Amino acid sequence: MAKQPIHTRLVKWIDYRLPVFTFLSHALEKYPTPRNLNYLWSFGSLAGIILVLMMATGIFLAMHYDPNAQYAFSSVEHIMRDVNYGWLIRYLHMNGASLFFIVVYIHMLRGLYYGSYKKPRELLWIMGVVIFLIMMATAFMGYVLPWGQMSFWGATVITNLFSAIPIIGESIVSWLWGGFAVGGPTLNRFYALHYLFPFLIVAIVGLHLIALHQHRSNNPIGIEPTKPKDCVPFHPFYTIKDLFCLGVFALVLSAFIFFMPNFFGEAVNYDPANPLVTPAHIVPEWYFLPYYAILRAVPSKLGGVVLMFASVFVLFVVPWLDTCKVKSARYRPLYRIVFWTFLADCIVLGWVGANPPEGYFILIGRLATVYYFAFFVLFMPLLGKFERTLPVPESFDAAKRCRL
Amino acid sequence: MTTSPKKKAPIRQEKKEPTRRDFLTLTATAMGGLGVAAMAWPFINSMNPAADVLAQAVIEIDLSSIEPGQAITAVWQEKPVFIRHRTPVEIKEAETVDMALLPDPETDQKRVIDSQWIVVVGICTHLGCIPLGQKSGDPKGNYGGWFCPCHGSAYDTSGRIRQGPAPTNLAVPPYEFLTSTQIRIGKEV
Repeated sequence: MAKQPIHTRLVKWIDYRLPVFTFLSHALEKYPTPRNLNYLWSFGSLAGIILVLMMATGIFLAMHYDPNAQYAFSSVEHIMRDVNYGWLIRYLHMNGASLFFIVVYIHMLRGLYYGSYKKPRELLWIMGVVIFLIMMATAFMGYVLPWGQMSFWGATVITNLFSAIPIIGESIVSWLWGGFAVGGPTLNRFYALHYLFPFLIVAIVGLHLIALHQHRSNNPIGIEPTKPKDCVPFHPFYTIKDLFCLGVFALVLSAFIFFMPNFFGEAVNYDPANPLVTPAHIVPEWYFLPYYAILRAVPSKLGGVVLMFASVFVLFVVPWLDTCKVKSARYRPLYRIVFWTFLADCIVLGWVGANPPEGYFILIGRLATVYYFAFFVLFMPLLGKFERTLPVPESFDAAKRCRL
Repeated sequence: MTTSPKKKAPIRQEKKEPTRRDFLTLTATAMGGLGVAAMAWPFINSMNPAADVLAQAVIEIDLSSIEPGQAITAVWQEKPVFIRHRTPVEIKEAETVDMALLPDPETDQKRVIDSQWIVVVGICTHLGCIPLGQKSGDPKGNYGGWFCPCHGSAYDTSGRIRQGPAPTNLAVPPYEFLTSTQIRIGKEV
């Protein structure tokens, strides 16, 4: 027998002591993946790659940014004008954040459409919701850092949400601020936490992946693979597919960075923060607009805050609200209708959130808020009882025959 | 110590008397928990307003140059404080309001020291925006006081909430008159 080449022996030597190669081969190469996944399944890995992009660009920005209320704004301008390629790194970070949310929203909607949260993937879904929560907190604090007018007043409005808590609300808000208003101490701690939270996300992503690899991906027909033939190895089949998606994503991101870098932003945030003047319309970043609309739909401060938090926290109980045994919406004609209406409803909420709470916007916002919650607490449980689902194929082969 | 296999006590009993070991485990865990909680407090409290922030708690303001109908905005504890010299009409309006119409009922007498001067913290009690109404051209809302452009709350000439989502009246800071035209806002810490 010929002697093995040096690099094979080195890999074996290491793997015997530290089995990283076995692990990688198990998790990324041989990992059996349902053969029928469509492109929507690429958004999970895409989100992971964007997380890395955000952390990498963020670390380089941190080398030039000054988290001091007096210098924060000008240090961002310094990055834009003086630092070599500072504009590129900052625009990658800024637009990356917006596209991160688009990708994660598609990833979540895919889960809702194909019932990916159903047994035995409940904790996989819940880990995802935890990631989403930390991601929202991170994005919110990141938006405060440039210390423009919208940064300052967005931070003021959002931190004031906690003052709605009876009795201890005021103390909590002043504790969050480290003062009597949003100011230097607030900026400093937001910076520290904005740097920390992505690492927490990485940790939860680890748990998300452990849960994923335990029962593997759901798939468009929503039945578990029964034969080895139903799956293909992750590499090269899905590494190639995911890389293709990454290429498309890179094109979209580049289009924003090079042709409309401030498309997602607010012009007023290029005004330095002024604690004595409130901008005429305070709006959060676009990805928070639906929640902002829900906040304003209720004519009571505490009620609005409670409903807004409920609109995110309801996601935690989705695996138990949806009582239908059939996973994929492909075989659920009624659920398909309420699902697409829900998506349209979220867009309407976003549109209402971007407009001042006057006239018809109030009514539309309230109706849209009612539908948002009805989707989860009314339609999900009721459809499980009353919907007549279409016959679900018994196997992957049967599903394929149906489609031919 | 040796144990014979014959005399083995049953390991799991239905109801076990708490042993000395159980007691020690429980108290040690509880003490450890208390210790961790006690250690957490300095870190939590470090995020509260620091001593230098608290030290800026008091300002003195000269009111002599403010004519009736005019207002100034002072900065106290990083917050804007609205000081308005009210006209007799405004005072009358504020004093004669029917309490039943107020979402947060409070008489005008309770909110002022000298009825000519209304002093309130200029932060909307809804979500912290700065209401308009200090400058002569500003909208003052339907009740002649202040109007918050963010979510449409309107306050009257006593700074009381009359319309919109804000739950309470504009806060009255602690202040005192040093002379008839000079006030000190805040309390020494």
